[in-house]
Amino acid sequence: MSWVTTVSIWLIPTLILVILLVGTWKKVPTYEAFVDGAKEGVQMAFSIVPFLAGMLVSIKVFRESGALDFFITLSEPVLSLFYIPAEIIPLALIRPLSGNGALGMTSDLIATYGPDSFIGRLASTMQGSTDTTFYVLTVYFGAVGVRKMGDALKVGLAADVIGVIASILIVRAVFL
Amino acid sequence: MVNIIWVGLFVVGFMFAAINGNMEQVNEAVFAGAKEAVTICIGLISILTFWLGMMRIAEVAGMLRAVGRVLQPFVRKLFPDIPKDHPAIGYIISNMSANLFGLGNAATPMGIKAMKELKELNNNKDEASRSMITLLAINTASITLIPTTVISLRIDYQSAAPTEIVMTTIMATACSTIGAILIDRYFYYRRLRKGCGDN
Repeated sequence: MSWVTTVSIWLIPTLILVILLVGTWKKVPTYEAFVDGAKEGVQMAFSIVPFLAGMLVSIKVFRESGALDFFITLSEPVLSLFYIPAEIIPLALIRPLSGNGALGMTSDLIATYGPDSFIGRLASTMQGSTDTTFYVLTVYFGAVGVRKMGDALKVGLAADVIGVIASILIVRAVFL
Repeated sequence: MVNIIWVGLFVVGFMFAAINGNMEQVNEAVFAGAKEAVTICIGLISILTFWLGMMRIAEVAGMLRAVGRVLQPFVRKLFPDIPKDHPAIGYIISNMSANLFGLGNAATPMGIKAMKELKELNNNKDEASRSMITLLAINTASITLIPTTVISLRIDYQSAAPTEIVMTTIMATACSTIGAILIDRYFYYRRLRKGCGDN
């Protein structure tokens, strides 16, 4: 699997180089074009602030109040019926809400149980195969000013549930 | 939906804080959350400026259009609403390929650009269109080929085989992506049945 690591290290520099070389070859004023595009990034980042502030505060309130812990304890007995380790539940619940929170939890699980344990492998797979739905929703729709999200949240959360279940089944099948 | 969840998180949170007697931490959370939002956005400026600058070069050089033409048939099946050769297709493809290679940071600006184009196609309404929901579904399922962050984390904790979870991640991600597309289709046809056909 070492080629995977090599690919991931070379990918970004290669991408930049290809863009710059093709741009030059096509006689694009590269630096001017870069600055022109980059300007948009500044505006974009600032336009996200209100959306992110609203979401992050509500999620943090929910977590710090102990409500999240309560719902985790509530769901534990049900999930243990399906041989889902209780240790993984907080990660599965945090994943759609907070990317930094999930990353913190994954590293906590890996540190506690070891990267090559069942829980360590499960946490790694889960962290890699799902995304922070609320963040993606907030940033993508916030940046373009979409307020009525339709079924987007439902679809995103359903995808998370599938990702969590698939991670558990696949890691069980491959490593147990 | 989002309004209800958003208010719900606050209401339930404050109720639990009252019961648990940790209103003080919740008070702090309010300010910490707002601060974190600004910090994330400041952090995003660096990524967004650099990659949007790079992507502008790629765009002017016609690279996005070239990649788009190759993958066009596949993307057009997923997004039947987008007219042929529309720039949105190029951005969607770049967004998907960046996600695929674990360049989450590069994927975000291109996803946002795609959303902008899709909004214009939707007559600039502040309502999410069919294609916008599909694009979001694919992004939340997070199609990944190389989970870079996780691998580096496993290396940090001295794993005997840090990359052994790459295959399981690809398989899990494939499941959630296929699932997301199917669920997205299900909701779309349900909306059609309910009679909001233009959406």
